[in-house]
Amino acid sequence: MDLLEYQGKQLFSKHGVPVPDGRHAATAADAVAAAEELGYPVVIKAQVQIGGRGKAGGIKLATSRAEAEEHAAGIIGMDIRGFTVHEVWVEKASEIDEEYYAAVVFDRSAKQPMAMLSRMGGMDVEAVAGQDPEAMRMLHVDPLIGFQDFHGRRLAYEAGIATDVIRPVGAMLGKLYDAFVAEDATLVEVNPLIITKAREVVALDAKVTIDDNALYRHSDVAELSDLSAEDPQERMAKERGLTYVKLDGNVGILGNGAGLVMSTLDVVAAAGGRPANFLDAGGGSKAEAITSAVEVILSDEKVSAVLFNIFGGITRCDEVARGLIEAFAQIKPSVPFVVRLDGTNDVEARELLAEAALPNVHTEATMLGAARKVVDLAGEAGRSPAGQERPEAEQGDQNAGLEAPRS
Amino acid sequence: MAILVDGSSRLVVSGITGREGTFHSLRNRDYGTQVVAGVTPGKGGQDVEGIPVFDTFHAAVSETRANTAMIFVPPRFAADSILEAENAGIALIIAITEGIPAHDELRVYNHLRRGSSRLIGPNCPGILSPGKANVGIIPAQFFKEGNVGLVSRSGTLTYQIGNELAQGGFGNSSIVGIGGDPVPGSSFIDILELFEADPETELIVMCGEIGGSAEEEAAEYIASSVSKPVVAYIAGFTAPPGKTMGHAGAIVSGSQGTAAAKAEALEARGVRVGRNPTQVAEIAVEILGARV
Repeated sequence: MDLLEYQGKQLFSKHGVPVPDGRHAATAADAVAAAEELGYPVVIKAQVQIGGRGKAGGIKLATSRAEAEEHAAGIIGMDIRGFTVHEVWVEKASEIDEEYYAAVVFDRSAKQPMAMLSRMGGMDVEAVAGQDPEAMRMLHVDPLIGFQDFHGRRLAYEAGIATDVIRPVGAMLGKLYDAFVAEDATLVEVNPLIITKAREVVALDAKVTIDDNALYRHSDVAELSDLSAEDPQERMAKERGLTYVKLDGNVGILGNGAGLVMSTLDVVAAAGGRPANFLDAGGGSKAEAITSAVEVILSDEKVSAVLFNIFGGITRCDEVARGLIEAFAQIKPSVPFVVRLDGTNDVEARELLAEAALPNVHTEATMLGAARKVVDLAGEAGRSPAGQERPEAEQGDQNAGLEAPRS
Repeated sequence: MAILVDGSSRLVVSGITGREGTFHSLRNRDYGTQVVAGVTPGKGGQDVEGIPVFDTFHAAVSETRANTAMIFVPPRFAADSILEAENAGIALIIAITEGIPAHDELRVYNHLRRGSSRLIGPNCPGILSPGKANVGIIPAQFFKEGNVGLVSRSGTLTYQIGNELAQGGFGNSSIVGIGGDPVPGSSFIDILELFEADPETELIVMCGEIGGSAEEEAAEYIASSVSKPVVAYIAGFTAPPGKTMGHAGAIVSGSQGTAAAKAEALEARGVRVGRNPTQVAEIAVEILGARV
């Protein structure tokens, strides 16, 4: 779960990481009231999960009530690369002397947390890494021992930051590490970490990701919401306990097991189609779960055909077939379905489907055959520009098709 | 031969008294696995269809000489259960549980690697050595004994590929699910090393997916240390960045962890990568057929 900047800053405060004084606002009037209370100058910052807010005009300095009114009204409701701004963070403007970069990340390869510090902050880290790889200093921390003072000192000295702030910046890294562990974060990033004119260390931004699997022990975080990031289908799927990711195509997909569903998306794309979603119905899916999943898939109006790809292990194919039959009884889908059922009780499942004779439901014997069939049925709208002639060696390029802006 | 589990495995199941724990423990026993004990605190002295239940791993080990543990408890209790099994001296711990917090997995991993216990999973379907033992939830009916070692981050995808191999006339030495979480107890490299040393295994199929860099690391290892042919598959070419695709570990972060980068790394080291599960089985059959 990715937190908005202000939510991250509130977590930082809890762990003793200094942040500028600020207020959250969802209307222009509230933003102005917050600015008046804080005293000018203030910075009004759009709260959305996307980088490049400043460039897009989502971060503005206000030195008076009139400016606060103008900027708050301009920012709330604006669109930043597909994300509508529903809320802003109004904070006291800081006098910046220096801008650094600090982070604690989850290094999957080393299987240890990694603390990072650079004296070049306030810009795109990947760009800095390209320009001056030596500027970014990194240090693994043994999770059984935790962050020690020496970690902070070593990073601070090696990063070559101003000598008068070696100690406070090192201490700040320790607090960020504490927040990383205590909040079950997989990412804590501060860019920029500033040194003010008064030589104080302050986190001017906050990017925090919390492990979804640990939300049960962070009820305060679990309750936070982000209106700009919520897709209606994803919200509906979440409420129903389904693992669903919305994509941009028109071929609805349901399978069992994350790997098999990912593979199904790839096979559909290789056949020239564009998947509309990822949906893992999970192990041991019962008929009701299948019916519920079909409702979620079809609530996306772009879906023009649906593929079921099931390899039954613990999941019984006959249960999946029953779910599909029930879904047809309840919601009478108007789009064609292609069904490939293999594995446990597949013969019974095919018999059930034959008996039910559902309109516009096609059974296919293999995964590849089913992918080709559903792409055909989804029609021209479902084809990527190169269509079925696309060589398989180019599969990796298919991301490009999926990222096309929504029409 | 096979790797990790066989006729000498003596299995103790943590969470045996739960609905899923009971169901799969009995299925494993029906397959022929020696299921010697269960552990559920507070239920010591009871039994599950004749399998004795103990309050602690320590009691289960001292009473039954269990040497392999399967973890079937809910996520919030799983890390504790793995650490208890290790503390009781269990050499091989197989964690099926999905949804364990990543920081718990970090602590467990960093503790276990200092000792001698091996962890498989979490969030995995377990290990099947056809004809010998089944520990976990892999549907054994699709697999037979043979010479293909299979290691995978995904369950159902493994069944799909294994089934296609079986249709091509080939069976498996062992099938190992290493799981879909960000911090697996055992990596591809750990399992490749075991298959390389296993005389029964003649070819290895490795099934990866987006997220992390375990496949790239495996590519380097294969080039330096594996003499047997390896065929790979990578799922998730169409996964958008920043989205978790079902498995907690299946996420492309920025430009990191893409399927294309993994397939390229493997191919650059001479590993053949199938573009879909059917093609993986075809390549495997082609290589094995040529060896006969």
